[in-house]
Amino acid sequence: MTHAFVVPRVPSVDAVAVEERAAKFRTRSIKKDAKIKGLKLVASMIDLTTLEGMDTPGKVQMLCQKAISPGSGCPQVAAICVYPTLVPVAKAALKGTSIKVASVATYFPSGQASLKERTDEVRRAVEAGADEIDMVISRGDFLAGHYAKIDEEIRATREACGPAHLKVILETGELQTYDNVRLASQIAIDAGAHFIKTSTGKVSPGATMPVTLVMLEAIRDHFINTGKMVGMKPAGGIRDSKLAMHYLAMVKETLGDAWLSPDWFRFGASSLLNDVLMQLEKQSTGRYHSDRYLSLS
Amino acid sequence: MGKTANTSVRDLLFGDLWDYAPAPESRDHLTIHERYGHFIDGKFVEGEDHFPSINPATEEQLFEVASADEATVDLAVKAARKAYDKVWGKMPGSERAKYLYRIARMIQEKARALAVAESLDGGKPIKESRDVDIPLAAAHFFYYAGWADKLEYALPGASPSPIGVAGQIIPWNFPLLMAAWKIAPALAAGNTIVIKPAETTPLTAMMLAEIIQEADLPPGVVNIVNGAGQTGAAIVNHPDIDKIAFTGSTDVGKIIQRALAGSRKKLTLELGGKGANIIFDDASLDQAVEGIINGIFFNQGHVCCAGSRLLVQENIADELMHKLRHRVSTLIVGDPLDKNTDVGAINSREQLLRIQELVAAGKDEGAQIFQPSSPLPEKGFFFKPTVFTEVTPSHRIAREEIFGPVLSVLTFRTPEEAIEKANNTPYGLACGVWTDKGSRLFRVANALKCGIVWGNTYNRFDPTSPFGGYKESGFGREGGLHGLLPYLEVR
Repeated sequence: MTHAFVVPRVPSVDAVAVEERAAKFRTRSIKKDAKIKGLKLVASMIDLTTLEGMDTPGKVQMLCQKAISPGSGCPQVAAICVYPTLVPVAKAALKGTSIKVASVATYFPSGQASLKERTDEVRRAVEAGADEIDMVISRGDFLAGHYAKIDEEIRATREACGPAHLKVILETGELQTYDNVRLASQIAIDAGAHFIKTSTGKVSPGATMPVTLVMLEAIRDHFINTGKMVGMKPAGGIRDSKLAMHYLAMVKETLGDAWLSPDWFRFGASSLLNDVLMQLEKQSTGRYHSDRYLSLS
Repeated sequence: MGKTANTSVRDLLFGDLWDYAPAPESRDHLTIHERYGHFIDGKFVEGEDHFPSINPATEEQLFEVASADEATVDLAVKAARKAYDKVWGKMPGSERAKYLYRIARMIQEKARALAVAESLDGGKPIKESRDVDIPLAAAHFFYYAGWADKLEYALPGASPSPIGVAGQIIPWNFPLLMAAWKIAPALAAGNTIVIKPAETTPLTAMMLAEIIQEADLPPGVVNIVNGAGQTGAAIVNHPDIDKIAFTGSTDVGKIIQRALAGSRKKLTLELGGKGANIIFDDASLDQAVEGIINGIFFNQGHVCCAGSRLLVQENIADELMHKLRHRVSTLIVGDPLDKNTDVGAINSREQLLRIQELVAAGKDEGAQIFQPSSPLPEKGFFFKPTVFTEVTPSHRIAREEIFGPVLSVLTFRTPEEAIEKANNTPYGLACGVWTDKGSRLFRVANALKCGIVWGNTYNRFDPTSPFGGYKESGFGREGGLHGLLPYLEVR
């Protein structure tokens, strides 16, 4: 498929003002019914994640059980996110549930491999049963200005995904400027990303609210211009439910009700679920219980 | 995933799928008296001719407040004169500074009660009174406390000395903050004060009187008299006042200037405005939208420096208006005490009627109106955030100060046209310029005939920065080093 790539025109981003705007969502006061509903919404949007060198089938099975029955009246999470080699384990453990299996591929987290090696890995993950693929872009190529290569690798990965959905990780902590984030978001959206995602979780900073806001604005403008919806996944560093609900407030007030769904918004997180459970318990009993009542995940 | 929305519908839905539950700030830590009089010579005095003060969000009476006649104003001026002659005028600046620092700290300590009082009495959202009004009021006292013993260095070689007794009249839009803007520099410079808060919003001024008393400020240094226009006139016309500082409408400013002609009194006026917020096509649009919102809907648009005229480069007007309409649709209008409220109540029925009258004129003259669909509270003085497009410079809504949440949008084609349109007003208080190009920002800013120009931001205030107008927006500066000058004699 030949495709003439043109670098998209995107609006500039004023760093001071976007940080100020993002900070305002943190002053939203979410109480009572709105809190319970928000907590459940957050839980339903989690990609419960384990991405460690020491991951084993046992660890992944433990995570899957937690995803299926989190307790405290909490809904099931959206997906389990694992390395490609562990996809079959997750797939078997989640059989019969609606929880998706997501897999990081494309030589996560660095992406430092040939395009063929990366797309081969994607194909293997999908064959093993992955419903969703989280790819990384080549930040080096982006920072060198080789935008056409970014476009090419995303298109190739999307093709390799087949029926699986593609989340494109920009690794915003390495792109560093909001202008870069905005441009990379647009390139990923134009190249066919189903979701755009902030971070691998292996680089600091991971997701931040201003970076996520810039990406939400790219998604919004794309919808207004084309009518097509794209999903958003902040990942890395979202550990407490209060912060997660402020992210939701940002989604609600930037993209509107249509994106307040696990179909269009996800949190990449490992410890967030237990904080949600702790808060839900507090909402029903009026007290915080000790974390020793929470199962590991 | 993978569904695509109906391509014919390109509007976002800001609905009620996940509404924020009411989150009202508690009133428990605030005590409101049934009646307020005046604060004269360090004491609270009963006063006469009480009139009701209304909570504009509920139309319920909060308390009654007295109205000072000429005799009461005279008592206050005599107290101020005595305090100036005997104590304050002679006190070393380093000693005056201690009192100012003490007042600043006490405002911080009582910030929560002051914020709730400001929102109850004036209708502004608690997040603004909590995050803007009260912290800035404290910051002004801190800032001018620092100048009190450094006046010789502020004006090298000028031998600055205080003027005497200052009469100050402040508006209802930022009650405590305007009191701080007036009181802090006057006291730092060694003057004593008779100040009149606005008749619809005296509550935080009376709480400030309690702070002043508790801070042991010598009696008579600050005197607070309540009342409406007649009380203001008694201050303006009092023969023993040396300086008048007024913030309010241009009409009243003109009356004061006429009244003072030929007198020895010094005068500063901070009056109305019709600020232009200029958006060039290379601006960061999403952030400019925030600046537009903050420029006109901050404090329900009851801001003299509000960016009430939006000048948009014609080639981006459609895109920007689409974004702006979405953003306006997300504004939460309602209970000022709710922590999630973005736009609170209009300050008074009188002001609401004025806004309604001008909005009707805008419609009659053919401008296109946009208002979000969400309903307003049934009781109280509320007005929907309003955006008028297709406004031309001859429309009343492009010329007159509305002082409400109403934006008039005009377009321009070139920087020259933007400058010409921005300056085409009798006012000259504030403008905003939005562009990614530094050279253009400086060129346009220098060509604008107004006292304040914000670059890629709007309605940002700081005690170190001078504030004041050109043309019919007044004269004299408040804030910064410049803000000391109206309260000093130099020789």
